[in-house]
Amino acid sequence: MENVVWLIPALPLTGFVLLLLFGKRMGEPAAGWVGTLMVGSSFVVSAVVFFWLRDQPEQTHTHSLFEWIPAGSFRVDVGYLLDPLSMAMVLFVTGVASLIHLYSIGYMHGDPRYPKFFLYLNLFVFSMLLLVLGDNLLLTFVGWEGVGACSYFLVSFWFEKETNAVAGKKAFITNRVGDWGFMVGTFATFFALGSITYEVFLPQASGLAQTAATFIVLMLFIGAIGKSAQIPLFIWLPDAMAGPTPVSALIHAATMVTAGVYLLCRISPMIVASYDWVPTLIAWIGVLTALLAAFIATSQYDIKRVLAYSTISQLGYMFLAVGVGAYWAAIFHMITHAFFKALLFLGAGSVIHGMHDEQDMRWMGALRKLMPITAAAFIVGALAISGVPPFSGFWSKDEILTYALQQNPALYAVGLFAALLTAYYMSREVFMVFYGDAKWSESLEAEEAARERAAAQAGGVESAEAAEATVEAEPAHSRFPKGFRPHESPWTMTVPLVVLAVLAATAGLLNLPFPDSWHFLEHWLEPSFALSDQAHLDYSDLTIVLLLVASTVVALIGITIGWLTFERRRLPVIEPEPLQDALYIDSSIAAFMGGPGTDLAEGAATVDAVGIDGTLNGVGRLTRWTAARVRVVQNGYVRVYALMVGAGSVLLVAFVLTRVLMWR
Amino acid sequence: MRNLDLAYLALGAVLFSIGAFGVLYRRNSLVMIMCIELMLNAVNLTFVSFGSMLDDTAGQVIVFFVLVVAAAEVVVGLGLVVSVTRRKPTASADDITVLRG
Amino acid sequence: METAIFLVCAAIVLGGASGVVVSRNPVHSALSLVATLFGIAVLFLNLGAQLLAAVQVIVYTGAIVVLILFVLMLLGVDTEEDISIQPLPGQGVVAGIVAALIGAGVLSVILIGGEKVVTGAQSSLEALAPEFGDIRQIGQQLFTNYVFALEVTAALLTIAVVGAVVLSRRVAGEQPMPEPEPLDDDGDGDLYTQSAVSSGSPSAEDAG
Repeated sequence: MENVVWLIPALPLTGFVLLLLFGKRMGEPAAGWVGTLMVGSSFVVSAVVFFWLRDQPEQTHTHSLFEWIPAGSFRVDVGYLLDPLSMAMVLFVTGVASLIHLYSIGYMHGDPRYPKFFLYLNLFVFSMLLLVLGDNLLLTFVGWEGVGACSYFLVSFWFEKETNAVAGKKAFITNRVGDWGFMVGTFATFFALGSITYEVFLPQASGLAQTAATFIVLMLFIGAIGKSAQIPLFIWLPDAMAGPTPVSALIHAATMVTAGVYLLCRISPMIVASYDWVPTLIAWIGVLTALLAAFIATSQYDIKRVLAYSTISQLGYMFLAVGVGAYWAAIFHMITHAFFKALLFLGAGSVIHGMHDEQDMRWMGALRKLMPITAAAFIVGALAISGVPPFSGFWSKDEILTYALQQNPALYAVGLFAALLTAYYMSREVFMVFYGDAKWSESLEAEEAARERAAAQAGGVESAEAAEATVEAEPAHSRFPKGFRPHESPWTMTVPLVVLAVLAATAGLLNLPFPDSWHFLEHWLEPSFALSDQAHLDYSDLTIVLLLVASTVVALIGITIGWLTFERRRLPVIEPEPLQDALYIDSSIAAFMGGPGTDLAEGAATVDAVGIDGTLNGVGRLTRWTAARVRVVQNGYVRVYALMVGAGSVLLVAFVLTRVLMWR
Repeated sequence: MRNLDLAYLALGAVLFSIGAFGVLYRRNSLVMIMCIELMLNAVNLTFVSFGSMLDDTAGQVIVFFVLVVAAAEVVVGLGLVVSVTRRKPTASADDITVLRG
Repeated sequence: METAIFLVCAAIVLGGASGVVVSRNPVHSALSLVATLFGIAVLFLNLGAQLLAAVQVIVYTGAIVVLILFVLMLLGVDTEEDISIQPLPGQGVVAGIVAALIGAGVLSVILIGGEKVVTGAQSSLEALAPEFGDIRQIGQQLFTNYVFALEVTAALLTIAVVGAVVLSRRVAGEQPMPEPEPLDDDGDGDLYTQSAVSSGSPSAEDAG
């Protein structure tokens, strides 16, 4: 059974190769089905392996496929590490990815580069699986870079529009800043422990000097910040919404952004060995990111940008969990988040599809009756993320908050407030999109009204031309084609929505807090965190129940505020401009890079051109200078050459003479 | 070692240096070849003297070979002189400087 | 007796050598060379190398000098050159110094070293013939100990002949001797800076 594990990443890779070679010929929709089938079968294999692994006495298996880099003491093999942590990740990655592939078959219908999309998606799934299953830091890094590259390809998929291409570049470059940290961390690990294979160096982590462990953890944490969009490297994720919605769902909600959390969980023994302020730092960065992103999300108008900031916020919760030592809770929230966030994104995509590619929420409304399935699924997702029981998000978020309270009440308070904001902005989104007045038809109605007014003014006679002229003079014109009516999406799009809605509703069963025997996920993941000093809850059952109630109340308060503001219009709408512009972070970075940043870069370029190039050219010039002077000796006269031979022989004779003199 | 033997060696040395001076001083290529012959003869004389001093035939055998090689060298040298002179009838050793620089 | 012969022959040899170097007319030089070679041949006889003396006269004087004279006469290279003018600056002085140094050096080696100069051990097992006729000894040596060298010299002579024939052929389309390149490529008077691209082939113009 161990021999089958390599199939899990191999199947999407095969899909990639097939689509690369034959994609154009397959066309639509065969290319989509090939891609979906590959990832789907990968999921099936994962499920089979899971059931096998569950019954094994030994939960950690490694297998080396082949030797990759044998460079003296630095030895890296290509192999997989199958333990409960990677198994859990593989399962939900392949599962959610299959659903999104299926969804994309309908969503990308009509796109001229249809096969290419699935090609990139398959490559992405392969890279993500490589990241998760790799048994050493280098393989993880290869997967890390692979998902970064695929993110770039997919975000700038519609690159004909300049802003999309720019967004793709921004994502890649910001990730790169984080990748520097990953690389330095890898080097430091090798330097300190002599190996980068998890099985080898993690058990040795406890013997590491605190400073060394801290350095390694901080460097790898920088990598995680870049990939998982925490402060200060989160700026790429909202712009990455320029990519097609399935991309946002898969990459920027369910899988790639969770890679940072996975990395920290994987190296958790190292966190144990570092200074005490390191996990605290991680926790505070996580919770502050959660708060900041939640604030910004309350003022966004693009349906996907709200969800993007929401993702950043929820990732902050996962980092909070890692920081307080509740690694399994981070994974729990990762899984539930994958379900409901993917659901929300796919739902948003369905809405965008039905609204003829309109993404601004101010032009939506009253879609509940026109897109019932989408609406129901989206609302389920919104309730899950807001933390309303019995949906999954409630259980996972509450676990994190409970552990946070045990560590530091301040963390708990900030986290709770962020949860309130989460409930508020999600209900805002729901009410703006699915309830309320149909603003999309208002634009149609406005146009009709303008025509009628113009016709009445012109007295009906004068002509159609005068009427047309006046109508054109009116500033309002329709965003939508005439006779537009939003419609529900095809089955390939709604089926994944329904499946994800069911999962988002029921995934809480993975780990209910009460009967200790129902802590399935926590016990399943225990072997992976055996060396990691996981936190344990010391609260009584009563305290836990009180905390559950508190979370529920907070969520309901948030939803109520949202309802009152957007549905009932009783409360004023608070959408301050700084929050709309994400606190001007992007513009300040651009200003810095355009000014002092460019000067720095130019300075470095000058040093290179003048200093380094000058030195190299100088060596060449020196050689020519010397050669020009030495060249004069070879003047072509035979007799001069003979003279030189003679001079040499004089020296020889002199030498013999000295020997002779020495005899005396 | 009789003084006479040393005298033979001294004669060879002086002859050699006269030949060396001639090669370096004269420009006519054939005269230069002749001076080279002088040097070779000086060497031959020295070898035969050594052979006589040591009571050994080897000295004479070596001179035999030197003679052969000198002959071959003169043949090739004259061929060179002929081909150079054909192209530039007034050529002296100083005019053949094409391989300069 | 031996000393007297030596002194006379030494005078002939040195006189002939000076004649070779000093004569303005190359033919005079060739004749002086003949004198020198004869002197050397007699010295060979004095030292008991009868075969070599004969070979010296036949090969050196009779063949090599004759060849040189042929070329001198046929090619008209016999124009007198003015040996008091040296086109190359300083060549004459340095030539004298170098030659004098070589001579002085070797002489001092001989005179200072004295007996110890002759350090070699006997290499061949053959002693000189006690009286007239060392032909047999030399012959034996050549064809036993030195037979490989003998064969090689035979090949050498063949190669030399072939080389000489090739060198002095008349080739169709034979070009006159090319002019050497000026050291100062770009003509700015400075020998040490050249234009970035300097041609490696002989220049197109020539004296003709």
